[in-house]
Order: sequence, then C-alpha cells, then structure tokens
Amino acid sequence: MDVIVTDVEKGRRPSTVPGLGRQLRSEEMVISMGPQHPSTHGVLRLELVVDGEIVVDVIPHIGYLHRCFEKHCEHMSNYQQVVPYTDRMDYVAAMSSEFGYVVAMEKMLKIQVPERVEVIRVIMAEFSRIVSHQIAIGTYGLDIGAFTPFLFCMRDREHILDIIEETCGARLLYNYNWIGGLSHDVKPDFQDKVREFCRYFKPNIVELNNLLSFNKIFVERTANVGVLPAEVAINYGASGPVLRGSGVAWDLRKNDPYSIYNRFEFDIPVGSGERGATGDCWDRYMVRAREMEQSVRIIEQAVEMLVPGDVQSAIPKRIRPEAGEIYVRTETPKGELGYYIVADGTASPARVKVRPPCFVNLSALPSMCRGSMIADVVAILGSIDIVLGEVDR
Amino acid sequence: MKTELLNLIANEVLVYTLMAVVPLLWVIPFALFAVWWERKISAHMQDRLGPMLTGGWHGWAQTIADIAKLIQKEDIIPTAADRKLFVLAPYVVFVGSYAAYAAIPFAAAYVGAEINVGLFYIISISSLVVIGLLMAGWASNNKWSLYGSLRSAAQIISYEIPVALALLAAVMVAGTFDMQEINRLQSGSILDWFIFQKFPFLFLAGIIYFVASLAEVNRTPFDLPESESELVGGYHTEYGGMRFALLFLSEYANMFAVSAILVTLFFGGWGSPFGSFLSGAWYFDLGWFLLKSMVVIFVQMWLRWTLPRLRVDQLMYVGWKVLIPFSFVIILGIGAWVIAAGH
Repeated sequence: MDVIVTDVEKGRRPSTVPGLGRQLRSEEMVISMGPQHPSTHGVLRLELVVDGEIVVDVIPHIGYLHRCFEKHCEHMSNYQQVVPYTDRMDYVAAMSSEFGYVVAMEKMLKIQVPERVEVIRVIMAEFSRIVSHQIAIGTYGLDIGAFTPFLFCMRDREHILDIIEETCGARLLYNYNWIGGLSHDVKPDFQDKVREFCRYFKPNIVELNNLLSFNKIFVERTANVGVLPAEVAINYGASGPVLRGSGVAWDLRKNDPYSIYNRFEFDIPVGSGERGATGDCWDRYMVRAREMEQSVRIIEQAVEMLVPGDVQSAIPKRIRPEAGEIYVRTETPKGELGYYIVADGTASPARVKVRPPCFVNLSALPSMCRGSMIADVVAILGSIDIVLGEVDR
Repeated sequence: MKTELLNLIANEVLVYTLMAVVPLLWVIPFALFAVWWERKISAHMQDRLGPMLTGGWHGWAQTIADIAKLIQKEDIIPTAADRKLFVLAPYVVFVGSYAAYAAIPFAAAYVGAEINVGLFYIISISSLVVIGLLMAGWASNNKWSLYGSLRSAAQIISYEIPVALALLAAVMVAGTFDMQEINRLQSGSILDWFIFQKFPFLFLAGIIYFVASLAEVNRTPFDLPESESELVGGYHTEYGGMRFALLFLSEYANMFAVSAILVTLFFGGWGSPFGSFLSGAWYFDLGWFLLKSMVVIFVQMWLRWTLPRLRVDQLMYVGWKVLIPFSFVIILGIGAWVIAAGH
C-alpha cells in the first residue's frame, strides 16, 4: 500500500502520488491515539506505530494533566492543607489517596487515632475501592463495546456516593480524612445504610458477572490478550490488580497491614488463567470484579466494629513534626500508593514524593501491546485502569 | 398501485416519480422514530429514563429537535479533506441504501419496481454503500476515518457472501427472485412462512442472514467501522451538520431495509400470520409488514445494548469460517431435499 504524505503546509495533497509507477512499497503508519481519544481514560496520548491493524510499537506520552502536586505541597502553610490535593490525584478513589497521606503523617507524628476513626476510615476506603473498581469495570465494558454494564455500575456507585455525601457533603473530592481524625462524624443511621447497601449490592455483582464477565464475546476479546507474566510484572514494579492479575498474591492490606486491616478476614483474588493465559486482560479484569466482593466482606465486618467515640479528639492543634523523613505505602484500588515525606521542623513539608501506582503500571503498557491489534490496545489500556490525575499529578 | 395511478394521472414520468417517493415518506419518519425509540429502549435496559422533556410525552420530539439543530449547524469541511469526495460521499451512501427500497414489497398492492429479479437487485445495489463509506473515510483525510472505512469495506464485502448464500437458500425453495412472488408463496398461516419450511435448513438460513445482516449494517456486535471507543466514530468522525444527519439517516434506512428483507424472505412479508384473519386490504398488509419489521429492528437494538464488540480478526473468523461454510451446507441440504422430494 502506498502511503500518501499530506502536504501539511499547503493543507492539500501533492498532485502526484509518490511511488506510483515504480515498485510498490509499504510503510508503517504513525497514528496518535489521544489526548482527546475516548478510550485513553483521560488525557493520555499514545503514539501508535501500526502496520495495518497490527501494532508495532506504543509510546505513551504523559504530562497533559500535570498540576505540580509535589511542588504545591512544599508551599502549603501546614501539613493539613495537603489533604485536598491528594484527593485530586486518584479522583475516582479520593478516600484511598487521603488515607495513605494521613497514615503516613500519623506515623511521623506518632499519633494514635481513636478506634472509631480507624473503622470509619476502613469502611470509606473500601467504599472507594468499590467505586473505583466499578468505574474501571464499567469503562472497560465501554472500551470493549458494551454500553449497558457501564450504566449498571454507575447506578450502584450512586448508592455509595449518597452515603459518603451524607457523611461529608462531597461526592468526589472529600477532604474527609484529616491528620489524626475525620472532618465529620458519620450520621446516626450510617450503620443501617451501609448494611442495606451490602444487601443491595451483592446480587448486583452476580448480575454484572452474568452480563459482562462471562459473556462469550467479552471473554474472546480479553482472554489471551495483553499477557503480562508474573516476573515481568514484578520487574516493572506493577502493583494492585495488575500484579495480582498475573497471579502474584501481593496485597499490602495482608502483606504489610496498616491501620486495622489485620483484624479483617478477606481473601486476595489472583488471576489464574481461568479463560486464557495467566496475566491476560480477563484476569486483571476479574481480579477487580472479585475484589468488590471482598470489599463488601470487609465493610460488613467493619460496620459491626463501629464503637462510639469522638472522631476529632486526636487531631493535633499544631502540626510541626521534627526534622526527619518517612515512607508509607498503602493499598489503593489501583495498587501501591507510597508517600515519601520529608519534614524539616517547620509547619510545611520540605518534600512530598508520591509513588503513584497508575504511573508505574502504565510503564508496562508498551511491552503488553507490541504485536497486538489496535482494538487490543484499547482493551489492554483499560485493563491497567489508569487515572491520569494520578499518573501526571 | 401503478395501474391505478396511471389511470388517474396518465403521465408515466409523474407516476414513476410518485412511486419512487413513497418509501421516502416512510424512511424519514421511521428514522426519526427509530432514533428516539432506540434511545428509549437503551434507557430502559440501562435503568434510566432517556429523553423525557422535549415535546412533552416521554420526549417524543427529541429527534426532531436534534435534526433541527443539525440543519442549523455550520457546514464544516476540514482543510485537508478532499472536498469533492467529502461532499459527495453521504449522498452515495444514502442513495445506496435508499435504492434498495425499490424492490421491497410493502404490501401486495405496492412495490416500488415490480421486477422479476428484485432480490438480486437488492443484493447488488446495497453494495453501493461501501463505495460511499470508502469515499467518506478517504476524503476526511483522517487516519481513524480511513481505518473505519477500510474496516467497513472489508466487513461488508466479507459478509455479503453469507448474506447472498442465505438468501439463495430461500430462493431455491421459492424458485423465483421476485419479491412479491416470494411473498405470495408464503401466504396462508404462520406455518407457511419460509422460516419453517425445509426444517431446519431455512431456519438456519434465517439466522445466518440475520447475523450477517447485522454486519452489513454495522450494528453491534459488528459495529467495528464506527466503534467509538477505538476509532472515535470511524468514517463519520469529520462529518457534521446535515451531512452527518444524512449518514445517520442512511444507517437507519439500512437497518429497516435488512429487516424488511428478512421479513419478506423468511417471515411471510405482508402476509397475516393467521390465514385470512386481518388480511386482504392494503392497510392490513402494510400493518403486518411494518409490525414484523419493527420486531426484527427491536431485536437488533436489543443486541446492541447487550453485547460487546468483536475484534476485526474475530469478525473475519465468524464470517469466513462459520457463516459461509454453514450457508454452503444449507444450500447443499436444500438442493438434496428439492431433488429427492421433487419440489
């Protein structure tokens, strides 16, 4: 096939087609996917080198959503002000990003937060895990071409957002976890609402699985696609469902428990190559679907542990940690979120460095995509579940 | 209908023009209705309401408002586009899909052109759409559009074979290409429909035709040429305003055309399923024909809002390795049956 090169300056095609009459040649085509492409889950740009429908290489270009998160933190007048900024990293699971930061700060300040705060935080973090996975699964359905599962997910997500909204007034960016406590206590009927949600949600996971997860076409599209072997995943530093999809049972809630996660009973779903090879898109997808069930399990246990108490009793009046540094990692829905915080004895952090799971997971994309088809790139990217707010920060 | 009109007007040119315009009176309101209908169906399948405000009752005027908006839109042709082809393409697409209506029998009293090779004509004329789609994708000078139109060409050409073979199976039973004659052969009760003849051969042929026709009109799970999550809309990405509306219109016109062919060849066309009950007059014929076609269209929409999309190689697999061999088996089976039974 001849590739016609557009004369960009003049805005029209050259009048003579190069190569015509001579020997026909074929060439790879460079095509830009994003930043305004519906399936790049934000403003990611992928530079695809394609040979027909086959993808020869993928070069991700990031940075379109860079908001200088780390630099901003250094200019806050106190440590508490960083929390709203962490919300804006992984904005579909803001509770988890906050959670990681406040856990790190509390460890640095050696604060023991009340039992009630820990329990509410775990419930909220698991809620945001469900919300995040619902968006991941729903938009993954969209990527594969199924529209309805997305709206089913959004419908169930509403119920969680309603509970969170009742608690802290916000539906997306909460600023709920404060260093040493919470911004608001939960409402008196919180426990009933959470129990009711768990009852409501469990059958819907089954419905979602019947509609999408085990759909023949969906399995055909995702099984054996974008296989990421366990050792490659580890070498890339992948974490979260991407790592667990490759069959590695690594979950910080179990392997390096923080907060009160060591008190709960739950399983770590891992990919086992049920429908194809271990570590394919279907495995990564299914890890998320099964993690939602486990999160419901944790919430059901946690809601019974809720003891009365004051959620703001441990909030320090003045946060001025001694000079030093700390690195704390927590398990967000996307994977391992690490905060490296350097304090210099003043009221604002000297340095905040984030180890974002999405950014690290995204680095494995080119190795998964080479040799697949264009439609597979969309499927593989969706199965990594990136949020550009966190990739670019 | 032609003879009555000739007696009335006695001007052949005028009569033929009138005959040709009649399906248009159906296609445009149908497209307006079907877009709204599809939005309502998808909404109810997805636990939401869909359009509810425009026009009052369940947002019935939504598509009319949409079209009014599209007509008012600025006419944009990309700088780098091939202007002539870009402008021409939507018309070619629409002509291709509208021309098929000439041989679709809406009632015993009306078929646009009573030709004895009606089915043959439909199969060949609807291939014209591919040229229009290729023109649209190429002229847009957008790589994604080009992908869409190339996929579309590959898909429609591949799936025309099982379509033609499945229809051929029905023709072997009917012994004619004349759409009205095929329809008349199925008159009587529901059991006279071709779908139940030579069981299970024609039944399978009907299914094969339905599946392949979904690919012919780019419906889910074969909507690769315009898959919005991969190709951002495919060949009609660069179109806006009335040109886009025309591409959209021809898509819905195509949907109805393939449903009408399925109904005519396998489900008794305009014939009543209950023998002489509710049949005879032209309005009964038309009513049955439209009702049956709408049921088929409903199934198309139902599939669209349930199933994911195939990948391009899986699409080719289904076409070449599943549908075509099965159609050959069906044709062989029916051939053997006809020879053995003598009819």
